[in-house]
Amino acid sequence: MLENIPVLSLILLSPLAGALLVLLLPGQRSVWLRAAALVFTLIPLALTLCLFAAYRPGVGGAAFTEHYTWLSVPLNKEMINAKSLSIAFDYHLAVDGISLPLLLLSAIVSAMALLASVHIRKRWKTFYSLFLLLETGMYGVFLARDLIEFFIFFELTLIPMFFLIGIWGYYGREKAATRFLVYNGLGSAAMLLAFLILIATAGFTAVQGADGYTVQFSGSYDVLLKNLADPQSYANNASEEMAGLGVFLSDNLKWAAFILLLVAFGIKIPIFPLHTWMLRVHTEAPPSVVMIHSGVLLKMGVYGLIRFGAALFPAQLADWSTVIAVLGVINILYGAVLACVQKEFKLVLAYSSISHMGIVLLGIASLHEVGLQGAVFQSVSHGLISALLFLLVGSLYERTGTTQLGELGGLAKSVPFLSGILLTAGLASLGLPGLSGFVGEFLAFLGLFGSMKGMTAVGVLGILFAAVYILRSVLGITFGPLQERCADIKDARFVEALPMITLTALIVLLGVYPSILTDVMQHGFVGLLEHFQQRTGG
Amino acid sequence: MIHLPTLTWSDAWYLAPELTLSIFAVVLAVLDLFLPRSWNRNIIGWLTLVGLASAAAFVVWLMIDFKNAAAAHPEDPTAAFRNLLGGSYRIDDFGNLLKLVFLGASGFIVLSSLGSVRSSDIPLKGEFYYFMLPAALGAMVMSSSGDLITLFVGLELLSITSYILVGMRKRSGLSAEGAFKYLVAGGVASAFVLYGMSFLYGVTGTTNLAFIGEGIPAAITDYRALVYVAFFLMTAGFAMKLALAPFHAWAADVYQGAPTPVTSFLAVVSKGAAFAMLYRIFMNTAFFAKDDPFVQKDLYLGLSVLAAAAMIVGTAGALRQRQVKRLLALSGVANAGILLTPLAIHLTPLHSSLFSEFVYYLIAYAFMNIGAFAVLTVVSRGSGNESLSGFAGLYYRAPWTAAGMTVLLCSLSGLPVTGGFFGKLFILFGTVQTGAYWLAAILLVTTVVSYAVYFSFIRQMYMRSGSDDSSIRIPGPAGVTIWLCVAATLALGFLPKPVLGWIDALFSIPADFLAR
Repeated sequence: MLENIPVLSLILLSPLAGALLVLLLPGQRSVWLRAAALVFTLIPLALTLCLFAAYRPGVGGAAFTEHYTWLSVPLNKEMINAKSLSIAFDYHLAVDGISLPLLLLSAIVSAMALLASVHIRKRWKTFYSLFLLLETGMYGVFLARDLIEFFIFFELTLIPMFFLIGIWGYYGREKAATRFLVYNGLGSAAMLLAFLILIATAGFTAVQGADGYTVQFSGSYDVLLKNLADPQSYANNASEEMAGLGVFLSDNLKWAAFILLLVAFGIKIPIFPLHTWMLRVHTEAPPSVVMIHSGVLLKMGVYGLIRFGAALFPAQLADWSTVIAVLGVINILYGAVLACVQKEFKLVLAYSSISHMGIVLLGIASLHEVGLQGAVFQSVSHGLISALLFLLVGSLYERTGTTQLGELGGLAKSVPFLSGILLTAGLASLGLPGLSGFVGEFLAFLGLFGSMKGMTAVGVLGILFAAVYILRSVLGITFGPLQERCADIKDARFVEALPMITLTALIVLLGVYPSILTDVMQHGFVGLLEHFQQRTGG
Repeated sequence: MIHLPTLTWSDAWYLAPELTLSIFAVVLAVLDLFLPRSWNRNIIGWLTLVGLASAAAFVVWLMIDFKNAAAAHPEDPTAAFRNLLGGSYRIDDFGNLLKLVFLGASGFIVLSSLGSVRSSDIPLKGEFYYFMLPAALGAMVMSSSGDLITLFVGLELLSITSYILVGMRKRSGLSAEGAFKYLVAGGVASAFVLYGMSFLYGVTGTTNLAFIGEGIPAAITDYRALVYVAFFLMTAGFAMKLALAPFHAWAADVYQGAPTPVTSFLAVVSKGAAFAMLYRIFMNTAFFAKDDPFVQKDLYLGLSVLAAAAMIVGTAGALRQRQVKRLLALSGVANAGILLTPLAIHLTPLHSSLFSEFVYYLIAYAFMNIGAFAVLTVVSRGSGNESLSGFAGLYYRAPWTAAGMTVLLCSLSGLPVTGGFFGKLFILFGTVQTGAYWLAAILLVTTVVSYAVYFSFIRQMYMRSGSDDSSIRIPGPAGVTIWLCVAATLALGFLPKPVLGWIDALFSIPADFLAR
């Protein structure tokens, strides 16, 4: 049934339609605006769930591909004596085992974050339309299969985020927003340069016809993948007669593009030392926006690194797997140690995110199917857990007006429900078996163990630290002497409890039945792993 | 005795756009003189608009005519252009395209100033309007000449008119200062250009660009040093006209002193016309100098370093600027660097696209700048000052204008999906494709730094509240201009194909530059 409707376009465009609708509603009716935004967030969620159910791992996402030529721009052909010369960008949407789990994650986290936006008190209309625009950007990133299309959606998440941080954030919001914009802008610039190098070299195809060459530069991911894998393509062949066009992708250029991509997605993930912007966003942005940011936007970096870094440059990744693993271990330990000494709960969570993303890097560095599955699984799991934790942070701040660890205490007495959820989320975050955090970490470490035993051993230390910082802060908040400002507060309302219960249930579900996700991923990496074997010689 | 070709009646048809503008300029000047003082001078503004529109209509007519002629005689490369007066004036698609851009931009500027220009600021409103006509005429001559002398005449016509336009705010000291600085700087620039041209004439013995092109290879072997001197002087002169760093010092003062619509004119039409002239000269001379590896390499290096310097200096300077016009002047410096990039990389042998990316970015640049200056006119009237803080709380005072300005600012910063994004994307693709990675990196990094510049407007508009929360009244014509610019910016972003395809279909290097 799903095959007959353009389901991917509907997922992508329904939030955009919602944003336009919200703009037309009267600005004072916060309930209407909220309801409209919720409906247009639930539509893509429902569609993504159907897609997830209908997805056949063996077949892949072929049944759902949507492919149109968006632009085919002619270039001046007089200089090269070709019949036609053009540069083509496509509107190409597709899903596979790598992107589908992340797509589902974004749909779920968006819906939960929207429910959590009850705490937004001003300028609802602008808030909800920007929120929906941000959603479109996120779905687009996970669906796009054309380099320029991907870049546009990647950038499309920047603009709404700038507003969401800068208008609805806390005291240092404007600085945080500008820093977010410039850091991520630099990342996007590096990415664009790498993409353009790829389009100008690997995206180049020339077909000889009766009356001359038809030459095209293409941004299509499939074309790039094919040309890069084909030793006879112009990109890999320096001695062609068309070499005068400068289409050869030399080894140096490959390395340059790979490193540019690593920097671009490294800023997003974030990899130490490119992480400073992310701490500010975590502390200054409103909690519902941080849910999206920590839950989904950081995972765009992981996805990009796997989709473009690993799949297009397997040889470079294999050469640098140790470097990536070292970066991952630094992330794990740096984040974990600093999380242990923070006095502000939001900063504990921010550093814990850095630590957990280090585990994802280890999974990628393993170059092994289990490790890669672990990387994606850990991304999904961390997305759910950090979304839940920041949801709790928002609810706690609403009630107590603080997120300082020293000023919170004894909440188990006054708000048992919130405390219980907080404890569960904390346990999931430190990797308790039976909850989703454990599975992701286990798979990633297992994958890496085959190739780098020492590195794995050092990385596992991070779990020990996680137990320290999570228990220190969570137990401090829930137990201990009851702080004055925590005494007379009410427990969660239904609108707050609903997303908390949902997220907790999903965390438990993934913890006890991980194959619901790993089955989907199983075939997602087949092509990738073949590339590794082909190009790294085994 | 040299036979001098004269203008015939049949040639007049090809000059219809230029003649229309001259006739309108003269008639409106006389009309302004005899019209009673009590009459509102806006009537002259509307008539100026009619003049620009009819000239544009003639240009379109000529383009259709050429297209039909080229279709009827596909084997004849000379069908799609016309040489007048012994090749000193050329009507071709390169010129026609740019004329359309200049006329459209001037039209938008006049439209945005109707109802926004106050008599207390500009006492002689009639003069202000009809002086746009000779200025636009100068720009058209610059884009359409095949001879150094005609080019220089166009340049001077535009320059002298602009000096007057800058000084239109008679009661403002800043305006007088700006006009004086512009006069001195512009005069020096013209002198450099003319001096460089004289060397070009000296080594080739002709002022006709086509003959210069033929004579250049021989001149390089015989007088290599003098050819270098000619290019050096002309490049320096044009860099001053274009406000490329390090020749940009005049720009901020002049932009600040001039009436806002004139600033907009300087930023778009004057700059575009100087580029047109640069293209005319370099395509006909440097193109043939390409065979000499040293000259080609040095020219490429010189132009690309100039472009890079302009991007860096312009962006870095704008970062700390709080006065909006000075800020946009420096942003114009950076954009001039971006517009110079396609010309620079064309001097490498690999570049496959040349002209469409330049015109495309010029069109996008025109829309986003005219729109931004129109918003500035409206906002500075409402808030009483032209500093960045005047935009504070615009979201509350004029929400739709704030939304429109956001689109224009996204385009200026090169964010998708806008005309500015695609313009930069195609220029970047050209640099990457020719292997000028360092230039691409500088373009990208300065673009990211410019986010901080343009988003400081957005911070003011959405995140601060102004001293005054009363809503701002937007005059009808200015509102129309702003929204047309916003719509065009978005259209160029979502559907760049029609414009690019159209430019590609019309333009061809042999027919538009080289054929005689």
